Amino acid sequence: MSERIFTAAIWAAALLVVGVFCFLLGDLVRQGAPHLSWRFLLTAPADAGRSGGISSIIISTLLILAVAMAVAVPSGLGAALWLAEYARGKRAARRVIRLSLDVLAGVPSIVFGLFGNAFFCIFLGLGFSILSGGLTLACMVLPILIRTSEAGLSAVTEEWRRGAAALGMTRAAALWHILLPAAAPAITAGLILGMGRAIAETAALLFTSGYVDRMPDSLYDSGRSLSVHVYDLSMNVAGGDVAAHASALVLVSLIVVLNGGALVLSDRWATRKITVS
Amino acid sequence: MTIAVKIVMTNSWRMFLPALFGLMAFAGMTHATERLVVTGSSTIAPLALEIGKRFEQRYPGVEVDVQSGGSSRGIADARSGLADIGLVSRALKPEESDLMAHAIAADGVGMILHADNPVKFLSDEQIKAIYTGQITNWKQAGGLDARITVVNKAEGRSTLELFLHYFHLKNSEIKAHVVIGENQQGIKMVAGNPGAIGYVSIGSAEFEEKRGTPIKLLPMAGVVATVENVRSGRFPLSRPLNLVTRGAPSPRAGRFIDFARSAAVGDLVESQFFVRPER
Amino acid sequence: MSGLSADRRLALLSALFATGAALLLLLVLGFLVSESWPVLNAGGWRAFLADGVWYPLEGRFGLLSMVWATLATAVGALLLAAPLGVAGAIFQCFYAPPAVAKLYRSVLALLAGIPSVVYGLWGLTVLVPLIARWAPPGASLIAAILILALMALPTVTLTSATALGAVPRSLLQGAAALGMTRRGIILGVAVPAARDGMLAGLLLAALRALGETMAVLMVAGNVVRNPTDLFEPVRVLTANIALEMAYATGAHRAGLFASGLLLTVMVLLLAWLAARAGDRQRDV
Repeated sequence: MSERIFTAAIWAAALLVVGVFCFLLGDLVRQGAPHLSWRFLLTAPADAGRSGGISSIIISTLLILAVAMAVAVPSGLGAALWLAEYARGKRAARRVIRLSLDVLAGVPSIVFGLFGNAFFCIFLGLGFSILSGGLTLACMVLPILIRTSEAGLSAVTEEWRRGAAALGMTRAAALWHILLPAAAPAITAGLILGMGRAIAETAALLFTSGYVDRMPDSLYDSGRSLSVHVYDLSMNVAGGDVAAHASALVLVSLIVVLNGGALVLSDRWATRKITVS
Repeated sequence: MTIAVKIVMTNSWRMFLPALFGLMAFAGMTHATERLVVTGSSTIAPLALEIGKRFEQRYPGVEVDVQSGGSSRGIADARSGLADIGLVSRALKPEESDLMAHAIAADGVGMILHADNPVKFLSDEQIKAIYTGQITNWKQAGGLDARITVVNKAEGRSTLELFLHYFHLKNSEIKAHVVIGENQQGIKMVAGNPGAIGYVSIGSAEFEEKRGTPIKLLPMAGVVATVENVRSGRFPLSRPLNLVTRGAPSPRAGRFIDFARSAAVGDLVESQFFVRPER
Repeated sequence: MSGLSADRRLALLSALFATGAALLLLLVLGFLVSESWPVLNAGGWRAFLADGVWYPLEGRFGLLSMVWATLATAVGALLLAAPLGVAGAIFQCFYAPPAVAKLYRSVLALLAGIPSVVYGLWGLTVLVPLIARWAPPGASLIAAILILALMALPTVTLTSATALGAVPRSLLQGAAALGMTRRGIILGVAVPAARDGMLAGLLLAALRALGETMAVLMVAGNVVRNPTDLFEPVRVLTANIALEMAYATGAHRAGLFASGLLLTVMVLLLAWLAARAGDRQRDV
């Protein structure tokens, strides 16, 4: 009997989440979809975003995300590797680094924004730019990436490591063939969370990559991200709601595509392990 | 085994490297243009952005970068020289006399209620009583029996300062139920709560009212809250939207300021629901 | 490339990245301290806790009620998100048919990526009016808790599902062979085995809830007061910064940075406690 109640509770919880999700997304689609068109995607914004499209903003968003991920993924994996593999004897160091990562994950995004503004824009002289925005986001998503990847790497059973060592594999090779593929699902989960956090970020970007809605010429140009655009249109521009919802819908679709890509990559990597070993 | 390693590595490098090179090539591209940096008030930022676009068309080779972030940022950046021009959505204070203000528009601030609220008029005393918590039910102000939700602006915002100054209040005397930041948040908050009262920019409220958002503007001291009355100066609550520079503007900044104050951008000022200042 | 040196290089490089991550925190903390120094130095830190109200322009910097509000929203959100999120993870790993599980995972991944502005906008235009209809003003502690719970949910589910998925199959099969029921296997074997990963996920979600800015700002009402009533407004520390930073100068600005510093210190305490609890459990 309690078995049945448990099953029912699990299903109910799952359905509730999906229900709320449909409510939220349905609302977004209802208000944003009528405004969507190829023209909206392919033209530059006009009249403070009320008319025109979001072409330049999509490009800026993708560039900011690319910078953030190009910096955060390799360094995040590196740090996770050290925590999971090399720091086994060094408990104190590992604890300090883990603690600082957890604290970093809790630093509010607006503090990151002000920090990024002071450090990247002013101290390093990058100004309001896509580069500053991307680097600030990299700092923000780093803890998420490291903690999830580390969890994935630590979960790989000890036998596999010993097996690899017995086969005479170097640590690097074992890592590449066995550990990373085995940890791929966790790393992907981290990547999805991180990308989601990065692409959805508003407060940190307003102060770093900026407000300019022109098509960027280089990474040193200021560029407005989709989330900043949505915020400005809904909170600051009278009559911007329709365009705001349409832009939010584009943002959500972008996330679907990126998540899909991440899942495909991780599946490929996870299966490669089997064919190679 | 090492061969296998190599294959795997080259495979993923093949995906990663072009992306990296693409990014770097993109990063390396330089711009041969002159750049004018304008930062400050989020209220003025959309207008400044549109003026900047028109300016760029008129004077090719100049790029106008507008950054939002609040009036205090406008003041700070204009002072430190980070920005050529600061955006400040209020009159300058006495301690800011090192800066020079150039008004490009004016903005009225009016009280709004939910459209379903039968109250048609509130005297200054009533508004003051509502905001200080002496009146907490619409019944006491000639309306229905419903709790009043007082919507106030966050500390430091220029519309709040204007409001406090007009009613001779200190912010600590106000008993707010909701504190908001940006203008549209106030409109949305009042539109979603039949018992709410708030104060917002008149131009955008007028526009939203026409679009069917369930809000209505109240007259203040007998003057109807319209853009027209703000323009004529009859409406009591209004503020200038300023471009500020440290001392006299540089020739580059001066050219932009003159342009922003000229008739060439009058339509832009109005399309952002502001009022052109009298010359 | 000789194996040993490649290995050494990798060790060095990864150690470098790990140290860099720790240094980043020092950099952020240093930045916060230097920006809030004017108020801290003036002995203001005592006023932050002693003064009951926040009127920075009148020189009153009481942060304590915002600390309680921040804790109340985060704890409330976690109380909702943790059971729902873990149940969702169990659903995805043990109950849903493979196709449904995949779909469920992508739905949550999508939820994780919806910008906080969109959550806030939805909260402001749908949730707050709904609450305002029977308990004005609507913008309230409960609205903030609900929105934050929704935002923390994907983090809990995704990390818990990953942790559950990493539990060795053989362990589960062994339990099944012993004749345990599905509920018994899940609660008795899988969840305990995945505990560390799930706790890490919960911590991450709690931190996300503490640090969230825009969505809370739009629905919480932002009145500085103690969180004594679910239906009354509160202001959290992040919203305090976001609301006022744009127009703050001088001591006011420094006071806002002090709220950032205070929040970071709170997070530090929380993370440290969590780490200690984790260590103790592992030692037992």
